[in-house]
Amino acid sequence: MATGFDPSGRLPDIFLNTGTSSFTQFLSAAAPELLPGRRPLPPGLSAGDAAPHGTTIIAIATAEGVVMAGDRRATMGNLIASRDIKKVHPADSYSLIGIAGTAGIGIELIRLFQVELEHYEKTEGAMLSLDGKANRLAAMVRGNLGAAMQGLAVVPLFAGFDLSPLDSARAGRIFSFDVAGGLYEETGYEAIGSGSLFAKAALKKKYRPGVSTDEAVRLAVEALYDAADDDTATGGPDLTRKIYPVVMTATANGTTRLSEAEITTVAEQVVSGRMENPGG
Amino acid sequence: MAMQFYASPEQVQRDRSEYARKGIARGRSAVVLSYEGGILLVAENITTLRKISEIYDRIAFAAVGRYNEFESLRRAGVRMADMTGLTYDRRDVTGRALANAYTQTLGAIFSETQKPYEVEICIAQVGATPDQDELYRIMYDGSALDEPGFMAMGGQAEAISAVLRERHDVNADLPTALALAAEALGSVGGENGQTRTLTAKQLEVAVLDRRRVGRTFRRIADAALLTLLGHESVPDADLGETDAAPPAPADSKPVESAASEDTE
Repeated sequence: MATGFDPSGRLPDIFLNTGTSSFTQFLSAAAPELLPGRRPLPPGLSAGDAAPHGTTIIAIATAEGVVMAGDRRATMGNLIASRDIKKVHPADSYSLIGIAGTAGIGIELIRLFQVELEHYEKTEGAMLSLDGKANRLAAMVRGNLGAAMQGLAVVPLFAGFDLSPLDSARAGRIFSFDVAGGLYEETGYEAIGSGSLFAKAALKKKYRPGVSTDEAVRLAVEALYDAADDDTATGGPDLTRKIYPVVMTATANGTTRLSEAEITTVAEQVVSGRMENPGG
Repeated sequence: MAMQFYASPEQVQRDRSEYARKGIARGRSAVVLSYEGGILLVAENITTLRKISEIYDRIAFAAVGRYNEFESLRRAGVRMADMTGLTYDRRDVTGRALANAYTQTLGAIFSETQKPYEVEICIAQVGATPDQDELYRIMYDGSALDEPGFMAMGGQAEAISAVLRERHDVNADLPTALALAAEALGSVGGENGQTRTLTAKQLEVAVLDRRRVGRTFRRIADAALLTLLGHESVPDADLGETDAAPPAPADSKPVESAASEDTE
């Protein structure tokens, strides 16, 4: 408990300072050990294969907002570490985040980012702009650079519905990042992770600006199928265990995850389509 | 050398208490009460500086007194709640832990510093049923009271409490509860002891909605508040957002840098 810091039991001054509305900045002063980028790692070693890796994430801009989808596989070298990991999460009520790379650090990054956004909302009584959220996430990725150099790299994909966009026809926006914290806004669609080359190649042929959400969901599942087809680290639809990709949308109505029934229908359609024509 | 006059500790404490109480009594009041669908928080407030706000999923904060002082306490509460929720789990953030931290903090400030905080705060935690609701009142000197059902804070809190005590019903619906809260707040402060009728512009209103999952805090303003004050109910979905106004419009933003040529 935070109050344990002070012998009198009162909240330490750092809690009562006006300070900042950023939770990570507050943590860096009050409890730096809770930030992933602040942990010293033994020099010269690569921890890369010792921790599970998450793979392909796709985001597609639609007429109504964005769709983000992720496969369910995590790998550890040649082994499958998890068949049902969830790598796409809501960041707040209008944006989505997915991760590729070291799963443990990625999940921690997502949790921290979710608290960061909620904390700002509660302290300021206003939401951050979508660009503000993306910049904040870029800074958090940058903080992990040291670990990334030692094989614990993680890269997020961020997408959301912009409540006050410059161009109202482009309210669904996608941002990608590099390990050094570089931030790039994408047009149309983007994919990250080991299967992203194949997924993007599939999307390039099928994507049209202004697709509907339903079409984009189908496109995303098709693209994940193509990624799984050529990349061993990406998992395809698992019909025997009924494990299908996590698909989420962010629109003016907020973020929602496609229900089990909806995604089952789409995934079964895609698979039966490939029975006829393996190339899609 | 100046002569130091002796003041007994009792005298010092009394003076500080009196000072704090006077400061609190000068401000406008706030009431917090349980109703069938959750906890209703109402403050008389004509400014946009807020007295009521969200702390965590099922916990809200209401305060009266000096703004700068309760604002720093509110931030501290949000920080503590978010830190506990991140380290453990969202379910592990409790109103009682917050109330404890506040009593310790206010108690230490009262006895150790020259000037006590002139604030009175309420931590409300909504439960699954009205009898599981928790309301904590924390006073300027760190004393804490657990007051289930309803509570009033600020100037003439006694008179307001008297109205609430007589008519409060945990099974009332939201329009009825809001009408009672507005009437209780308006029962004091009129000229020659008259009652006042408070309008939507004079009220800051929020609820912790019992039936929601996750963040239950909803701020009620504008159209929804007018409808409720007219004794009509509002569908849950139209109650308002969580505690967040949308960001400022993007067209006023310079493209590259505030000093660049393409800012028009």
